[in-house]
Amino acid sequence: MSATEPSRLPIDPIAVGVFLVMFAAVTILGFFAARWRRGDLTQLHEWGLAGRRFGVAVSWFLIGGDLYTAYTLIAVPAAVFGTGAPGFFAVPYTIIAYPIMFLVMPRLWCVSEKHGFVTPADFVRARYGSAPLALAIAITGILATMPYIALQLVGIQVVIAALGFTGTGLAADVPLIVAFLILAAYTYSSGLRAPALIAFVKDAMIYIVILVAIAAIPLRLGGFAHLFTVAQAHFAATTPPTGSVILAPKAYWSYATLALGSALALFMYPHAITGILSASRVDVVKRNAVLLPAYSLLLGLVALLGYAAIVAGVHVTKPSDALPALFAALFPSWFVGFAFAAIAIGALVPAAIMSIAAANLWTRNIYKAYLKPDATDAEEARSAKIASLLVKLGALAFIIWVPTQYAINLQLLGGIWMLQTVPAIVVGLYRRWFHHRALLIGWLAGMLSGTALSFSQGVKPTLAFTLGTYTIAPYIGLDALVVNLIVAAALTPVFDRMGAPRHADSTLAADYAAA
Amino acid sequence: MLPFVALLVPAFYARAEPALFGFPFFYWYQFAWLLATSGLTALVYRATR
Repeated sequence: MSATEPSRLPIDPIAVGVFLVMFAAVTILGFFAARWRRGDLTQLHEWGLAGRRFGVAVSWFLIGGDLYTAYTLIAVPAAVFGTGAPGFFAVPYTIIAYPIMFLVMPRLWCVSEKHGFVTPADFVRARYGSAPLALAIAITGILATMPYIALQLVGIQVVIAALGFTGTGLAADVPLIVAFLILAAYTYSSGLRAPALIAFVKDAMIYIVILVAIAAIPLRLGGFAHLFTVAQAHFAATTPPTGSVILAPKAYWSYATLALGSALALFMYPHAITGILSASRVDVVKRNAVLLPAYSLLLGLVALLGYAAIVAGVHVTKPSDALPALFAALFPSWFVGFAFAAIAIGALVPAAIMSIAAANLWTRNIYKAYLKPDATDAEEARSAKIASLLVKLGALAFIIWVPTQYAINLQLLGGIWMLQTVPAIVVGLYRRWFHHRALLIGWLAGMLSGTALSFSQGVKPTLAFTLGTYTIAPYIGLDALVVNLIVAAALTPVFDRMGAPRHADSTLAADYAAA
Repeated sequence: MLPFVALLVPAFYARAEPALFGFPFFYWYQFAWLLATSGLTALVYRATR
């Protein structure tokens, strides 16, 4: 994407200087990470899960840095800037995700630790004995992760443009390409240790930036009450209103179902599961379900900066530029450089973890399952390292040559797709009631219906139904999940009655609880 | 399970009043549930350990 606006601020040397220094420091850290808590990096679980050695604090930084991506930190205030309250759904979403994590993820961690699973598809393979079902889970994860990595690049792109680097054609993308090659190199050499170590720096920077912004910006602009009042007047000034500060009744259903559906999908994402499985003890997972909402508080406050951007009167052609433009307008250069570096580094952590997660899926559930069943540990790790490079190069090519809107649409579809792995993974963690073939057909039905419904709405997340005089617009991901569950539940007795054999379950009930 | 009911029915909280420190009810209600959910999860953790 090289369509940047012509009217940009000139390059600010101080901001760029601070940005480059921070970026260089993080690069050194990324390569140094290979020596941190040293392990044999020719083993997949060492490279791709950092040897399952992370304690409460490291996991908190890693998972927090992983879930609250740079794209999120730009897209959520952008949504609030553009539409008001509907954009705030990210807050209930990232609240209710944690009770779900607290209940479900300890079971996945325990069974994975016991059997050496590296991916969710490894679990499905062992639980149902079905390689095709595991393949379906792996492909879903890879498909949903790729556009997500691409969107992290958009995050970097937005701040690079806001720093004043513009150009035409490929030249405009040179800073992005450099940033990404660096990321690819240290992920290749250090594996999951690199984003974990960088996450410390990234999260510390992000916390500083947000706390300063939240303390300083409302004061500069006349207090929070003033922000809400002015934003409401701003939305109401156009007919029909472009948004509202208080959620309108017609948006209730979409708000609630988007929050619930996104929360259910969150811990199905491969990068989230990679973060969970790298924990050293099951206790680490449980405690983090209590501690991680601190990031949601941060996210909620960042969301409100969308209103601050309205009040500050920033003029942007895309809502995604609202937050960077607000910072550039209100803060001194050195802090702008620091803040933008925080966002760019904030993009590198999830991008690295996502590419590692996708590489783990490729290696375990496609390469080893189908292409080279007798692969040694060293061959597995090498395959994953190369896959992590290819995944990132693919994302980079995508973002340079394909319009950004495609990546955004695909990421939205990705959420719908990830939800379709809930029956096999979440239900599978509790009961093995479903027949594996019924699950596979249910998954297919959910994927197809979700994708088709979304396309029928012009790639939108919600679909309106009219029930009598009442219109509701729930999240399509949940609609498709219902289709998926109904198909799987209806076909399970059919397959059982037909005598279609069930494969052996290589997990035991005791494997799911902490030892 | 309380947070699910409390947060997934926006009709409960999609209103401006009563405001708190300049925050409309819609916003501070959700921030309050954020803290409450973390607290409830911590209680369950203690109770089941």
